[in-house]
Amino acid sequence: MNVLTLIKVITLSVLLSWSTTSLAVAVEPEEILSNPNLEARARSITRGLRCIVCQNQSIDDSTARVARDMRLLVRERLIAGDNNKQVVDYIVERYGDYVLLRPPFQKNTLALWIGPPFLALIILFIIIRFFIIQRNQSKSNSDLLTFSDGE
Amino acid sequence: MIPEIGQFVLLLALLVAGVQSFIPLLGASQKNSALMKTGSSMAIAQFFLILIAFFALTYAFVVSDFSVYLVFKNSHSLKPMLYKISGVWGNHEGSMLLWALILAIFGAAVAVFANGLPSTLKARVISVQAMIGFCFLTFIVFTSNPFDRLDPPPLNGLGLNPILQDPGLAFHPPLLYLGYVGFSVAFSFAIAGLLEEQIDGSWGKWVRPWVISAWTSLTAGIVLGSWWAYYELGWGGWWFWDPVENASFMPWLFGTALLHSVIVVEKRNTLKIWTLLLAILTFFLCLLGTFLVRSGVLTSVHAFASDPERGIFILMILILAVGGALILFALKAPRITSSVSFSFFSRESAIILNNLILTFSSITVLLGTLYPLILESITGGTNSVSVGPPYFNLTFVPIMIPLLIAISFGPLLAWKHNNLAVIANKLKIALISAAVAAIITYIIVPDGPILAPIAIGLAIWIAVGSLTEWAMKTKLFDKPFNITNLKFSYFIRAISGMTFAHLGLSILIIGITGSSAWQTEFITSLYLGESKQFKEHKITLEKVEYFSGPNYEVERAHLLITKPNGETLKFMPERRFFPVSGQTTTEASIKTTLLVDLYAVLGESKVHQKSEKKWTLRFFINPLIPWIWFGAVLMVCGGLLSLANPSHWTVNLYASRKKRSPAKISEPTKMDI
Amino acid sequence: MTRFLLSLPIFFFVVLIGILVLLTLETKEGRDPSIVPSALIGKKAPKIDLPAISDNIPGGFNREDLLGRVTVVNVFASWCAPCLIEHKQIEQLTKNGIPVYAINHHDKVTDVSLWLKKNGNPYEAIGFDPDGRASIEWGVSGVPETYIINAKGFITYKQSGPITKSVLKKKILPELEKAKK
Repeated sequence: MNVLTLIKVITLSVLLSWSTTSLAVAVEPEEILSNPNLEARARSITRGLRCIVCQNQSIDDSTARVARDMRLLVRERLIAGDNNKQVVDYIVERYGDYVLLRPPFQKNTLALWIGPPFLALIILFIIIRFFIIQRNQSKSNSDLLTFSDGE
Repeated sequence: MIPEIGQFVLLLALLVAGVQSFIPLLGASQKNSALMKTGSSMAIAQFFLILIAFFALTYAFVVSDFSVYLVFKNSHSLKPMLYKISGVWGNHEGSMLLWALILAIFGAAVAVFANGLPSTLKARVISVQAMIGFCFLTFIVFTSNPFDRLDPPPLNGLGLNPILQDPGLAFHPPLLYLGYVGFSVAFSFAIAGLLEEQIDGSWGKWVRPWVISAWTSLTAGIVLGSWWAYYELGWGGWWFWDPVENASFMPWLFGTALLHSVIVVEKRNTLKIWTLLLAILTFFLCLLGTFLVRSGVLTSVHAFASDPERGIFILMILILAVGGALILFALKAPRITSSVSFSFFSRESAIILNNLILTFSSITVLLGTLYPLILESITGGTNSVSVGPPYFNLTFVPIMIPLLIAISFGPLLAWKHNNLAVIANKLKIALISAAVAAIITYIIVPDGPILAPIAIGLAIWIAVGSLTEWAMKTKLFDKPFNITNLKFSYFIRAISGMTFAHLGLSILIIGITGSSAWQTEFITSLYLGESKQFKEHKITLEKVEYFSGPNYEVERAHLLITKPNGETLKFMPERRFFPVSGQTTTEASIKTTLLVDLYAVLGESKVHQKSEKKWTLRFFINPLIPWIWFGAVLMVCGGLLSLANPSHWTVNLYASRKKRSPAKISEPTKMDI
Repeated sequence: MTRFLLSLPIFFFVVLIGILVLLTLETKEGRDPSIVPSALIGKKAPKIDLPAISDNIPGGFNREDLLGRVTVVNVFASWCAPCLIEHKQIEQLTKNGIPVYAINHHDKVTDVSLWLKKNGNPYEAIGFDPDGRASIEWGVSGVPETYIINAKGFITYKQSGPITKSVLKKKILPELEKAKK
């Protein structure tokens, strides 16, 4: 978090100035469903959906009007009997992958999801190679090995 | 008149920085000590000139001189004095001036304090520092002049954004810049070292205090911002994996890696190429963060500081500084040699592991932060995805686990070589405590996420591991127990900055775990005098009062919260309306018991039936949050303690510059790092 | 090998900076990172059936009304300042013979009636959407927004933000021509 976060917040408030007056309370009491199970599901869904007019905020956190409309829609779909996936799909169909805070695993996010494990493997390889070299070394003559950088 | 003086000295500073960029460098290559010595005086002169410019701008803000465009845009005569002053850096132009000032402070500090340095190295460091300064001063003078005038002067200013009017945020940017800019010294040292083609233990020794001070400031800056987000935004959270947050977190991760690898260079005269690269990349990430936030590629066009024009300028600085540095690195690094041997179980290895994981995690954060941009530029804007907190939690958190396991090993391992069995024996207590802690946590909170007890176990593992290391150092268990051995000062002296920092980290982890795994939230609306039950707490809205602050209107609720033991706590969350900007901010009311934060936020009021008003309230129970701040403070203390260590500052030329004889080599195995 | 490895950072640096330069230049040319490309481009217009605001304002429409010719759907509200900016351009479109349908987003009957009386009503029909439910069907993120729908009822273009004179000339009119083909 830094100074620059304020820039975010300022942006956000400028952006939302037409629809909201406050940064404070997002989910309003009257939105909450009486069925606690359904409400818990609604919260878990809305936490994963991005507010489209905000900077990296979930619709659960946002006071923007669109976010509120979407929260109500999520609850409406849940009452209608949709399962979590159907609700999310319903919104993705209209707003695109952009609303998913957790990017889906698909062709255009391949590098995003494969990147870290791939790098982890490289690091693991480096460590194992170092370990094996050391084992061989200590077996032959010395218990030390050279770990030199460059030539 | 005063703004003109500011303008004038700023131009002078630019001139000085320009000359300082090459004269000492020239001196160093010609071994001309007279030319080299000019560097120090120019660095000090540059510092004083920018300081005068900064004071001139501050003066304009303090006296509300609205003929200065920047003051008009960001200040207001009714603003409290603290925010008039913090308004100086609460905007793009002023914050850039502060940035340049801090650069000059560090440059001057090198000139004054680094007396033990070889004259050529010192001259080169000062020149490189001046080059960076020159770039930023050019940037300020030509695209972001803070002294632009407005004629005729308006009667009053537009005011500072209300969200910025907060004590925590007033000091957040300077600390953050101290961190960012502090890493520029490490960068300058790296470049100077590459130019000298000589990096050895003494180089590591000289860089280390600068890295520690930058790291300490950056840590403090990030935490201050996080703390501000926690109490000001009213969302009950303190970290959101937002691109702007990541922009400061990535250099922190790299800086932490650098902090550790520099130790290896100093003590073991190896890992030099890697450390040089880290120093360059850490500063790169600092500049990248600045770019991302100010260029407008990430934030919306509505953001006050974002401007693609400036973005291009920052990119140019980036290309010049980092591009040049990387080319120099590719050319010169092969000439820097070291062949020091160490085994798999050694402190060197532990630090390499630490570095690999920290840089890896930082690259992951970088990937997540930039991915939407990369995708957009590849697909021409037709594809857009979001990378939010779930991604970072899913990737970053697992990466950290091996690091947390390794932390307790590192300090106990000897340099060069150690026997695993010996270490394992030393860490028995830590392992048992960790397991017990994890099990107890699981028993107390069985329905939370499974990662939570594991994280608590890891935190205890680190804490006990650090204490073990401290106990070993004081030889607490070596001697038969004797009360006369327990001299307080002896134990205190044995505590190193590292012990502090590692203990702080363990406490931080406990805080993070508690707040993210076990937070509970209650949203309700209350009439005046109405009460509602939330778990074991009874919440009553006593009254709502309205009054005026210095430059805002306040709506303040008085809440009574009755705890199960009958104790009552009074909460006074507020909403503040700033008429100048027409914006509303919230002030959360937080009561802490050091174990748990109770957190109340006041929302909007609505007229319900019987035309009575009903106030929306959001109430959080945040377990262990104070531990985050406490842990972070400990980490900062660790940094300060290290800095206070006089051995960092006294440079014994003869002992350290002497070439270390390489350790006995059997059959050399090459490992390129 | 060592030399190659030591040059690798330059490679990554160049790629990364290249992307950033590209994006910065695009941002300078008017790219707005806050505007999200619509997921509905190339898809059938969403199924809606909106009521009229009141008896004396022509309105109420459903998806079938949009079929058979190129139409424009505009999302507006009386409380939205930029909507006033684009009002002249909407009138221009109507004059050009393009039927413009409107979704009145989160509004009150009295407010919007007054607004239309004051500023004129160029719309073919206005659908009333006081709770924003229908707007979600269209993937609306803010007001104003404008969609172009071809004769077969497919969405071909989305404009976020007001249709200024230059937007009308540079984007809307060419896109309308494209949609007519």
